[in-house]
Amino acid sequence: MPLIDLANPSRFLALSGRVLPWLSGATLVAFAFGIVQVIGAPDDYQQGATAKIMYIHVPSAWLSMFIWGTMSIAALGTLVWRHPLADVAAKAAAPIGAALTLQCLVTGSLWGRPMWGTYWVWDGRLTSVLVLFLMYLGVLALWRTIEEPARAARAVAVLTLVGAINLPIIKFSVDWWSTLHQPSSVLRLGGPAMHSSILVPLLVMGLAFFLLFITLHLAAMRNEIMRRRVRTLMLMQADAAAGR
Amino acid sequence: MDLGPHAAFIVGAYAVAILIVAALISWVLIDNRRQRQILSDLEAKGIMRRSERSPERQS
Repeated sequence: MPLIDLANPSRFLALSGRVLPWLSGATLVAFAFGIVQVIGAPDDYQQGATAKIMYIHVPSAWLSMFIWGTMSIAALGTLVWRHPLADVAAKAAAPIGAALTLQCLVTGSLWGRPMWGTYWVWDGRLTSVLVLFLMYLGVLALWRTIEEPARAARAVAVLTLVGAINLPIIKFSVDWWSTLHQPSSVLRLGGPAMHSSILVPLLVMGLAFFLLFITLHLAAMRNEIMRRRVRTLMLMQADAAAGR
Repeated sequence: MDLGPHAAFIVGAYAVAILIVAALISWVLIDNRRQRQILSDLEAKGIMRRSERSPERQS
């Protein structure tokens, strides 16, 4: 089936309905496997068991940026191609991105307190991730502010594309500025700087969180399509009541 | 499993992650039930899209 066929919301609902149970199962299996790996992973030679926070902190950090990237592609779909599902995809992704960015910030703070001696420091990495979280909240607020979905989608798309400038700032903040945050140790030019006994559980947890995002995103997109149908029917009901 | 002297921070971080994931799953499930309920209520009142009406009703 050509990818463009998925642009039809009814077809998307039918296909996603078939895929979702399998995705949910795969997510559960990935988390079960990941948690077993995390329990068996060795402590860090400097940080001890505190390094176990990494297995939930790093995947949420990756996803916080990935989801904004997904929303940016959807924003292009809204502004350039007016793809029927683009703004549905963007709107459904935003709450998940906001929640996982919050998870990244809170778990990072809880990791920072015993390691750095402070919950928070206003350096490049932490501040740019906080800005990302605030932008997610801004997008959520903008969706609620404008009632007409198509108009809201265009305004949100512009804000999303402007906010995408923050993604390379987050990624390279640890190289550009002096910071307490450690530099990249997985996604870097010279390859991962971790032993496989730590890297493998991290990648499995990363996969589990990625599958969780895909599952929740598809489910939230289905809800958003239904919400728009409800809106259309309520408008029809109001028209009928007004005798139009 | 010995979590060392900073066990409270590790357990706290995992508890926050579990809470956030549980909240996301609940949001999706509750929203789905709510939208389905509203749609079925509207359809019960005979309000449905033209593409979903039977041919007899459309004519």
